[in-house]
Amino acid sequence: MGRKLLLDKVHIPGIENYEVYRQNGGYTAVEKALKNYTPDQIVEEVKKSGLRGRGGAGFPTGMKWSFLAKPQGVPRYLLCNADESEPGTFKDRYLMEKIPHLLVEGMILSSYALGANTSYIYIRGEYFYVSRILEKAIAEAYQHGWLGKNILGTDYSLDIFVQVGAGAYICGEETALIESLEGKRGNPRIKPPFPAVAGLWGCPTVVNNVETISAVVPIVQMGGEEYAKIGIGKSTGTKLISASGHINKPGVYEIELGLPVEEFIYSDEYCGGIRNGKKLKAVVAGGSSVPVLPAELILKTAKGEPRLMSYESLADGGFQTGTMLGSGGFIVMDEDTNIVENLYTFTRFYHHESCGQCSPCREGTGWMEKILKKFIDGTATMVDIDLLWDIQSKIDGRTICPLGDAASWPVASAIRHFRHEFEEAVKNKGIKRVNFYNKRWQKEKAI
Amino acid sequence: MSAQIHGVLPFDPEKRKQIKFSDEALQTIEKIKQRYPEGKQKSALIPVLHIAQAENDGWLSPEVMDYVAELLDITPIEVFEVASFYTMFNLKPVGKCVLEVCRTSSCWLNGANEIVEYIEKKLGIKEGETTPDGMFTLKTVECLGSCGTAPMMQCGASYHENLTFEKIDEIIKKYKSENKRRNYTDLEWYHTK
Repeated sequence: MGRKLLLDKVHIPGIENYEVYRQNGGYTAVEKALKNYTPDQIVEEVKKSGLRGRGGAGFPTGMKWSFLAKPQGVPRYLLCNADESEPGTFKDRYLMEKIPHLLVEGMILSSYALGANTSYIYIRGEYFYVSRILEKAIAEAYQHGWLGKNILGTDYSLDIFVQVGAGAYICGEETALIESLEGKRGNPRIKPPFPAVAGLWGCPTVVNNVETISAVVPIVQMGGEEYAKIGIGKSTGTKLISASGHINKPGVYEIELGLPVEEFIYSDEYCGGIRNGKKLKAVVAGGSSVPVLPAELILKTAKGEPRLMSYESLADGGFQTGTMLGSGGFIVMDEDTNIVENLYTFTRFYHHESCGQCSPCREGTGWMEKILKKFIDGTATMVDIDLLWDIQSKIDGRTICPLGDAASWPVASAIRHFRHEFEEAVKNKGIKRVNFYNKRWQKEKAI
Repeated sequence: MSAQIHGVLPFDPEKRKQIKFSDEALQTIEKIKQRYPEGKQKSALIPVLHIAQAENDGWLSPEVMDYVAELLDITPIEVFEVASFYTMFNLKPVGKCVLEVCRTSSCWLNGANEIVEYIEKKLGIKEGETTPDGMFTLKTVECLGSCGTAPMMQCGASYHENLTFEKIDEIIKKYKSENKRRNYTDLEWYHTK
């Protein structure tokens, strides 16, 4: 059994309510921090912990916090990024739904560390019902004196508000999130200035993912050094993985970083193997944006070493033979899946979600979607494979925000590892359709 | 009366005059405005548009956007540029129940295509259309964060997960018999698993 730091209490009935959460050690980290630590000491603990951003980029959180400008008389803001929209990722929703007070507690600790007196949780509009759960938890925290003026009799005061979005993947990009919170279109800003200097309403701002902020609770409880002992190398601590696709047990799993990928896929403790006894074909390991890898490369690196669930091991081999941990959206595909058609759903997604500011992304994603549709309809020619490669190479690195890169990487990796499937689609004049509904419910009912 | 969204959308000054939100909605909007520093009330725009949509039969007419602009003391074009950017805002009338079926990777891998076809056949409409009785609109959407419980669809605040054809039959039957509009902002949020 791997160690659990975030989901260790989710099985407790009623843990979403304040009383049960408090009885099970809830808010003791806030007590500890406000009584024993200065804000800078908490930043130090987070630095020591080696915690890295859990939203996808994996940037060291302590370092991000230390960049925050602190001019006199200017408010600072902490924004929690709960705009989880990366296809394959649903861990934040699970965490907020099951144990909302953990996020509230993490928000108090992080806001205190950063000297923020107002913080916002920006949650995607589709998770409206989750925003209600959070609002209830926040109201309970106010009621019991964990939020509001002079928390625990100290001179620290904090207000937390939940802000709902309205359906835009791009608002998960931190400057787009800030724009959206200001009541505008979610168009990412050109950096610099970075949000740490000029973010929300021009004030110094830190934007952190739900899981990152929640992880501050165990870090304060156990100390940064202890936290850093969990995991492997520079991948410290635990990570929530959203597992979906053709596996026996889809769901959210908390793993210690460094777990072998093979164990994660096949062990009954996690995904429980491939559904219906099928063979593993490919995995998207970190949400739709990261390169897709064929079975042999996801289980073992090009050097023949076992691939581990860690930032470094998954990235081993670069984009030639590796991928990324990303947001931890782990999509598993069995032998019946056509990679070209799966790629089409991703590219359609990016075309839909492109904000339209940068031409390479706005136009390129649309062209890629159209070309991929030709492979499905049977009208593509061999030239289209090279055309697709050419378009993606001209989006990558040429846009204001990483959405352009994210749209190009799945295309590049699919062609790199599965070029033969594109060629087959051309030769066969289309892709044979698989009835995934029947496959999904085969056990319960054959239709 | 504040300025209109001139030349962008057809605008009916008579309709505009008749628009008035419920007291409850107006109170909530006032509360939302308090969340931001003075002078930053534009930040309330997205939450307020959700309320506006629920108050206006599920869609944002040019007249309603003009009204929202007045409530927040911003220009109508600022409202329109936001309303037209975000997927959850409807700029055209929709049915009482908007069925939004997710079809991105994980849902596709678990039968989203078959789910869409089943609903199309059952309701006699195509994706993007509304039934003649104004009850249902069928939409396909991109990833809703329910990949582990795929296939799925959303209607109002409810997530319907691990969808089967039988579940769809039940949902449609239930919605038909209740015959009411389902908004994202519905307070009875407890969703059906």
